[in-house]
Amino acid sequence: MTERVPILSIGDVLLVSIQIDLQDQSAIALQEDLAEKISATGASGVVIDISAVDSFIGRMFATIASISRLFDADTVVVGMRPAVAITLVELGLSLGEVRTALDLERGMSILRSARERRGGLRHDGPSGSVAAFR
Amino acid sequence: MTTASGQADELAIGNDGDVVRVRQLVRTYATQAKLSLVDQTKLVTATSELARNTLVYGGGGVATVEMVTDGRRSGVRASFQDEGPGIPDMTLALADGWSSGKGLGLGLSGAKRLVDDFDLDTEVGRGTRVTVVKWSR
Repeated sequence: MTERVPILSIGDVLLVSIQIDLQDQSAIALQEDLAEKISATGASGVVIDISAVDSFIGRMFATIASISRLFDADTVVVGMRPAVAITLVELGLSLGEVRTALDLERGMSILRSARERRGGLRHDGPSGSVAAFR
Repeated sequence: MTTASGQADELAIGNDGDVVRVRQLVRTYATQAKLSLVDQTKLVTATSELARNTLVYGGGGVATVEMVTDGRRSGVRASFQDEGPGIPDMTLALADGWSSGKGLGLGLSGAKRLVDDFDLDTEVGRGTRVTVVKWSR
């Protein structure tokens, strides 16, 4: 059975908190669910909380970030444990386009400033778009 | 010399869920062997990759996890055996940064870097066995 990871929506940010050891199938299901959800909601950012995860599942993040990018959404991974960070560095692996932040609060603030830099382009509708092109 | 010190477990690797079970089993052993948190993570990451290799390239196989000792330290030994196609070019497979792109993409070299002892035994047409050990400090 494939376990589904819930995707929560906070404003225009999607929050994914990974609490279990993901099987490959669950990871693929999450990627698909997330792509659907970003496309449906027009979310401008995705936060992935890995504070409960103690092994490295980095390839999935790179894929999720690439998918999000196609929908013009940013991805931030938050809550990485020190041991996971050390393992990552030892391996010399990069997370690709994935940004990281210490905790959820900082992750949200990174997404907020990324959105501001883009001048509110994400807010569809006539007034928002006009303001964005000043 | 590395000798088994009692406890051992065997797990068949036949699907995705088994890879997760191997990971959890290794974590239990790593905790028991009193590996540091960082070393636990390294071992779990390496064995997770090796279990996936067994599934993806070897067509499934068996994982054996056991407590070992060298007289001074305790450690965890994990071996992954399949009867798949084997690895034709061992030098290439162990080359730094080389990975076929499946699994975590760590490659064998990545897994090797995360453990203390690494042994690769493979024969084309016969299968592959990878054995790793992580010692407590």
